[in-house]
Amino acid sequence: MTSRTTGRIAHFLGLVLVTACALFPVYWMFSSSFKNQVDLLAAPPVWTFTPTLQNYVDVFADPKTLNGTINSFIVASATTVLALLFGTPAAYALARFEFRGKADLWFWFITNRMISPIVLALPVYLLAQQARLLDTHIVLVLIYLTFNLPIVVWICTDQFRSIPPELEQAARLEGASQFRIFWQLYLPLGAPGVAVSAIFSFIFSWNELLYALVLTRRAAQTAPVAATSYMSGYEVPWGKIMATGSVIVLPVIVFSIIVSRHMVRGLTMGATK
Amino acid sequence: MTNPSKGAPPRPARRNLAYGRWTPAFFLAPAIVALLAVGLYPTIFAVVTSFRRYNITRTRDGFPFIGFDNYVAVLTDPSFWGALGVTARFFFAVVPAQIVLGLLIALLLHRPGLDFMRALTRISLVIPLATTYAVVGLIGRLVFNREFGVANQFLSWFGIGPVSWLADPLGAFAAIALMDIWQWTPFVTLILLAGLSMVPPEIEEAARLETRSKLALLRHVQLPYLLPGLTAILILRSADILKLFDVPFIMTRGGPGASTELVSIYIQRIGFRVFDIGLASAQAILLLIMTILLSRLYIRLVYREIE
Repeated sequence: MTSRTTGRIAHFLGLVLVTACALFPVYWMFSSSFKNQVDLLAAPPVWTFTPTLQNYVDVFADPKTLNGTINSFIVASATTVLALLFGTPAAYALARFEFRGKADLWFWFITNRMISPIVLALPVYLLAQQARLLDTHIVLVLIYLTFNLPIVVWICTDQFRSIPPELEQAARLEGASQFRIFWQLYLPLGAPGVAVSAIFSFIFSWNELLYALVLTRRAAQTAPVAATSYMSGYEVPWGKIMATGSVIVLPVIVFSIIVSRHMVRGLTMGATK
Repeated sequence: MTNPSKGAPPRPARRNLAYGRWTPAFFLAPAIVALLAVGLYPTIFAVVTSFRRYNITRTRDGFPFIGFDNYVAVLTDPSFWGALGVTARFFFAVVPAQIVLGLLIALLLHRPGLDFMRALTRISLVIPLATTYAVVGLIGRLVFNREFGVANQFLSWFGIGPVSWLADPLGAFAAIALMDIWQWTPFVTLILLAGLSMVPPEIEEAARLETRSKLALLRHVQLPYLLPGLTAILILRSADILKLFDVPFIMTRGGPGASTELVSIYIQRIGFRVFDIGLASAQAILLLIMTILLSRLYIRLVYREIE
């Protein structure tokens, strides 16, 4: 065997190992969600078993998971729409205008991306309590803007910059207003970036735990909080927990594969291209 | 950009000549107003709260201003420094491992050949990054269970006896660190891979003819292209570990003892389980100051194009 073939085999095995490690925990959750209680508590754990859908039946019979999933969907969609509504015009301004304080504005957006939710959770809890907004969708929708808006602004600015300025000049010669140029030129041409930023905004909101844990009780409880609350009983219902976890994770996995090429850009606010 | 209208008198060149001076403001206003309302206003409220005695369980005397007392209390409180210590230990436990593993995997992905397998690996690396952090914590609880967890099964194949992961201070720390390494190594990998693909192919080819040592290639040719990414990794991982909450909260709630009480978990406990919101606000403001410093550093070192 030549050393080239050995190298190729090692390369292949290395890639297989990495893929297996990356997928294993999520695979283990999915497979556990199809186990009955006996198989779940088998020691040592079993790898082959007769699958059952009972956990999913139980989970969707429980209003907690169902409401949690619906609440998560409402909150994540609403906050994404707001982030796009507020963020895309700002991205247009940042992409095409020079103005004083631009660097400071960037700094502020990036700080918002890095800030620990606990910093805002304390005051927002007190403010929401005074405004009687605890346990409502609206308080989560608004607070999630603190991390969604910077993401939308960043990705869309990048996208709008790649649109040739000549198009805008031509439109202006035709007498198009500034707003029409944004609405009918930049938004359609920048649609791919807008879509990617919307997906990121949805994923981050869907995944959020700390704000939801602190700011909701029952009515507006989101799916991650519902999944977590199953842990608090005396006997831990592992099947239900893993089924709820699978329900939560499935949509974000689909979305993340769609935006996989942009994942790093989204998580670093564009440190790498 | 020049003024397209005919016959306009020549004026000193300014980029936005054709735009109204306030045009950018109209487009920026919604985003800025929104962030002021949901970001800045609560922050100011937190600063004010941090100067009050504000304990929800003792409301009889109201919430009087007490100057810097909360800050003095925080800075002389060994458990706050303990939480920062745990956070720093966590950083040094996970980030070097993530960089080493990330670099190895990035090199595997950068190596030519096996296109389909490389594409598959790249896609599968995205999945840990997207997995809901709370669910990662729940998976961790199951995987690291002493009796029926799969982690102990793996160890038993190597003849290592059952470890009581989450009940043991060191074991709990290691379990959370392992979940973090699983979730964030792909992030490091993808950043480093982007750096590797910035090396001009002709330079890499020429260097490969010069030397057969992969280490020399890495050090002299590829490393310069990896440095910006490494800077970004160090700063972003610091910020992310300062805000790390979901996984340790679900796996251990900071225990046993305070062995996994990272700083965000600690502040959450003081604020929402001890209900000393004034003290917790002072801690949160100190955390915010650290974040602002990191963010400044990030702009300075990574974001050169903006300034």
